[in-house]
Amino acid sequence: MKNSNIVGASVPRLEGRDKISGQARYVDDMKLPEMLYGATVRSRIARGTVRKINFGSEINWEEFVIVGPADIPGRNCIALIDDDQPCLADGVVNHPEEPLLLLAHPDRHLLAKAVEAITVEYDSLPAIFNIQESETLAQVIWGVDNTFKTYLIEKGDVDAVWERADYVVEGEYTTGAQEQLYIENNGMVAQFDAEKGVTVWGSLQCPYYIHKALMKLCGLPADKVRVVQMETGGAFGGKEEYPSMIAAHAVLLAIKSGKPVKIIYDRMEDMTATTKRHPSRTRHRTAVSKSGKILGGEIEFTIDGGAYKTLSPVVLSRGAIHAGGAYYWPNVRIRAKAVATNMPPHGAFRGFGAPQSLFALERHMDRIAEAVGISALEIRRQNFLKTGQTTTTEQVVHEEIDLDKLLDRALKLSDYHAKKEKFAADNQQNGGKKGIGIAAFLHGAGFTGSGERFLGSEVGVEVRADGGVRVLVSSTEFGQGTKTVLCQIVAETLGLRYEDVEIAQPDTQEVPNSGPTVASRTVMVVGKLVQSAAIGIRDTLKASGKIADSYSAEEFRAACQAYVEKNGTFRSIAKYEQPEDVIWDEEKYRGSAYAAFAWAVYVAEVTVDPVTYSASVDDFVALQEVGKVLHPTLAKGQIIGGVVQGIGFALYEKVIWENGRMQNGQMTNYIIPTSADLRSIRVHFEELGNVHGAYGAKGIGELPMDGPAPAVVNAIADALGIPFDSVPLLPEDIFDALGDGTAREDVFSSPREPGGR
Amino acid sequence: MRAQPAEYELVAPGSLPAVLALLAAAPGRWLPIAGGTDVMVQYSAGKLPARKLVSIWNLPELRRIENLADEIQIGAGCTYTDLRECEVINREFGLLSAAAGWTGGIANQNRGTIGGNIVNGSPAADSLPALLVYEAELLLVSVKGERRVHYSSFHTDYRKTQLAPDELIRAICVKKRFSEYYAHARKVGARNAQAISKICLAALGRIAKGVVEDIRLAMGSVATVPLRLSATESVLKGKRIDRALLRLARAAAAAEVRPIDDIRSTARYRAGVTGNLVAEFLERLSAGGTKSE
Amino acid sequence: MTGSSQRSTECKISFNVNGHATSLQIHAMERLLDVLRHELGLTGTKEGCGEGECGSCSVLMDGLLVNSCLIPALQANGASIVTIEGLTADSSAKGLQQAFLKCGAAQCGICTPGMILAAFHLLSKKPQPSVDEIREGLAGNLCRCTGYMQIVEAVAEVARSGAAR
Repeated sequence: MKNSNIVGASVPRLEGRDKISGQARYVDDMKLPEMLYGATVRSRIARGTVRKINFGSEINWEEFVIVGPADIPGRNCIALIDDDQPCLADGVVNHPEEPLLLLAHPDRHLLAKAVEAITVEYDSLPAIFNIQESETLAQVIWGVDNTFKTYLIEKGDVDAVWERADYVVEGEYTTGAQEQLYIENNGMVAQFDAEKGVTVWGSLQCPYYIHKALMKLCGLPADKVRVVQMETGGAFGGKEEYPSMIAAHAVLLAIKSGKPVKIIYDRMEDMTATTKRHPSRTRHRTAVSKSGKILGGEIEFTIDGGAYKTLSPVVLSRGAIHAGGAYYWPNVRIRAKAVATNMPPHGAFRGFGAPQSLFALERHMDRIAEAVGISALEIRRQNFLKTGQTTTTEQVVHEEIDLDKLLDRALKLSDYHAKKEKFAADNQQNGGKKGIGIAAFLHGAGFTGSGERFLGSEVGVEVRADGGVRVLVSSTEFGQGTKTVLCQIVAETLGLRYEDVEIAQPDTQEVPNSGPTVASRTVMVVGKLVQSAAIGIRDTLKASGKIADSYSAEEFRAACQAYVEKNGTFRSIAKYEQPEDVIWDEEKYRGSAYAAFAWAVYVAEVTVDPVTYSASVDDFVALQEVGKVLHPTLAKGQIIGGVVQGIGFALYEKVIWENGRMQNGQMTNYIIPTSADLRSIRVHFEELGNVHGAYGAKGIGELPMDGPAPAVVNAIADALGIPFDSVPLLPEDIFDALGDGTAREDVFSSPREPGGR
Repeated sequence: MRAQPAEYELVAPGSLPAVLALLAAAPGRWLPIAGGTDVMVQYSAGKLPARKLVSIWNLPELRRIENLADEIQIGAGCTYTDLRECEVINREFGLLSAAAGWTGGIANQNRGTIGGNIVNGSPAADSLPALLVYEAELLLVSVKGERRVHYSSFHTDYRKTQLAPDELIRAICVKKRFSEYYAHARKVGARNAQAISKICLAALGRIAKGVVEDIRLAMGSVATVPLRLSATESVLKGKRIDRALLRLARAAAAAEVRPIDDIRSTARYRAGVTGNLVAEFLERLSAGGTKSE
Repeated sequence: MTGSSQRSTECKISFNVNGHATSLQIHAMERLLDVLRHELGLTGTKEGCGEGECGSCSVLMDGLLVNSCLIPALQANGASIVTIEGLTADSSAKGLQQAFLKCGAAQCGICTPGMILAAFHLLSKKPQPSVDEIREGLAGNLCRCTGYMQIVEAVAEVARSGAAR
């Protein structure tokens, strides 16, 4: 007899008790005997060479462990896609805050003083700080042409569409950098032992990324490097690749000192030195028929990767593939490019390129609608992808998705038509201007194309002596519910109680490499593997006669106990195999880019204050088709959290740069919403299932990041009758766009004389 | 945390006379710290020049509110929470309790003090425009005794005040003569809570038959000090509030302020919104505001 | 509140932490946050920003919610401090903690101790806050994971049922 109602139910968060009682252990809660603290000396210039490093006499340097590039046992690089990013800059600086030296000392307070006491003399070189400057090639700072990567996606014959177009609509859209702002700063603890090798504990998403990077840095074999994830206080992609850098630093200090070393960033260091969302520029040129059908288009998608390649090619890939969104493009050419600038490298942040290109697209759709003279709804209905049609990469949409109906439901939930009418009338009067805007989009879950095949993820499920089972994955929990959902899946699959399943702390010594915890792949891809591994346990027990075809949870546990008593522990491994119907051509960049897409329509209702020009979101409807909701509370939490980050991306979060350095690297100056800034966010789901995901689930972690910015900006454009093509969109930008005082007054003018009632 | 605690001396003499004696013995050497919501931020950033601090937190002489016949005296050591919870302040000096509610979150309101807000001298401080329109006076105290000064001249330049090196603010005095005024305050920040103001307005007005009898406007974050918009006030006094006056008011206010571009906002936005804030106040005043909002 | 000093930057502070009388010889300008985490091993209180913005370091000091990253140790002399460990040990926030679990109010958990302290403080002053009052009461505690809705829901549920304990 199988237990039901574990998958699909809001079971208690596995590690929830620890989190609400203050017992959860994050890396800064760790202390090891004789532990030193580490700190990083960083470049103050954007580009140049180091002439001299001076150690101030006010510090007794004998007390300090000092590490420079010469101390690196292996290769001076943080291995990722390319090896171009040094662990420590060796005489050449390519961005502000680039690491130069490392210091360690038992007194953590003294470290800050020591860092300040080191002065560096540079020979500066001219530096570049944005996409346009990079493109001029006045300075070539990377490769031969400042270009990390390009992609070309072509479908049909776009050159032939222009002459039969009734409308040709152009637009340019830009998005700024965005800081992940996990509330727990980055940190690592490292230890070195001549026999055991190197161990790191940290706040991180991808233990095996760090494992690989440390092997190369230290010249150590796999079994001499161990990476352990501690409870991680938020990540959102910001702890995908950067932790490898910190781990490398802590390890180098640990090796040199012979003592454990802890490096914890403070907020300013974390904000100014670590990765941010890639700034982007998207140019659309679209041929449209009289009725509003897209005949074809050219899309140029460019992202600013910062000073080193890091993950930019992958962000570019996802952004490029999502650039056509949820619409049918019979003909399209997408030219995508990632360029170098002298900024700290930009990196992973929830959405990973898609929020950028989808912002552009969804703004552009509204622009097309206006050009054609039809509504924002109609332009989308004319072009929605339908079952059987192909995406921009010629992936066939097999599932029975009906975006028209999804849109209908979103409109109903948000009371769109009534509100649009009311706002148009109310806007004639005094007071705030109200608007309503939509975004319709998709998000592909899992690694792109052949990515999952290259990852070759592996998971394990193990039987315990007490009859329970243990899940072994390198997938990490950082709030999204990894532990809970994977245990739900196993419990449901095996007919056990939820409490009978536990999950190992991600420790590369203990768990196989289930791939990085990114790309909305954990529930869908890893969950399905975990399910397979669990089935492997069940099949083994059945084969050994310990359980019948139908069994109770107690019988299963007893069978496990008996098995372990007799044979010792048993671990069932499952390894990823690319589904046969997911075929991708890496060269032509064509085919099935993702095993599954989740689909969504978001509706934002805003008010623009006539006095301050601040836009506030009064109501937000987030409707998405997600395959299957495995845990309603967690799923809802993911969507709301992502929506609020998306609203931040649209309205609040601006990185202020000066010569490549973030100037507002404090929580007081980098603005994210507080609880007092949001009113109503309403989340609804549809479920079409997914053959490639555990229990039919699709990945949803990043989906909610894609829709809010365009929905909100479309709503503001609706409220004011002015287009806006850039985020973040601050009150100052709205003020500037409204022009001089007279024009402003016209938008906000009150027809009545003051004094009346 | 970028400071070394070992390099800072902090003492807590425990009484006002003892603190004043310390300040007198070495004027300018000891930085008073009350709730610490400004000083400790600078300290943690490694940007606090002072190395000797004297705690004036929770000194009973500084933390009481005296409700006298014609004025109230608010101890400089009163926290924003103390202000928000004080009945007479809520009733008669609503601009102050409003400002106290704007500042930080609850945790910072429980520690930040009005005296600290004044002495820190940031033109962005939330409570200061209210003090200007209420024409507050400050009681300054030292071992030499007490003196009373007009708040309006207390700020001399960016983060500079009339406070002598051996002095503390003991209390802020506001006369009880504003209950018949229409009071209005608005803060423009980057978000609804925990925001340093881009600009803010505190305003009092009295109209009779649509004509402005008295008007007081003060703003934060538009100059190097909190600014009373006297020139704009004189343009408005005695005039009837109509569309033309609103235009005049906007222009006068925008011309009177001297905002800058900084990390939080732009000069042109601040000037433009200044006009809007003043116009909004006038509209509300004329729409029948006869008592505090 | 007096402090005697051996070396001029150090002092002895005596205070009550989670119901236990405690004395320490400490630098007067050591942050209360660091005293709790490093001297007393109470790591439930977190550092998110060090500037009094995020509220992760919130504790109760003499019954009032404060940001412990902004309090010098000397000013905690004679005070009564309650941290998340204290609330958990004496079950005084049990209903609130249960509601947090039930409503999904904790995701990564780093803001959670501070958030619970803030909610506890709010409910102690206003046992039946409106949704707007809850939002205002928590506005000094930043969360990046949840988007706040489920946190507000948890506090509202406790307010409705009157069961903070």
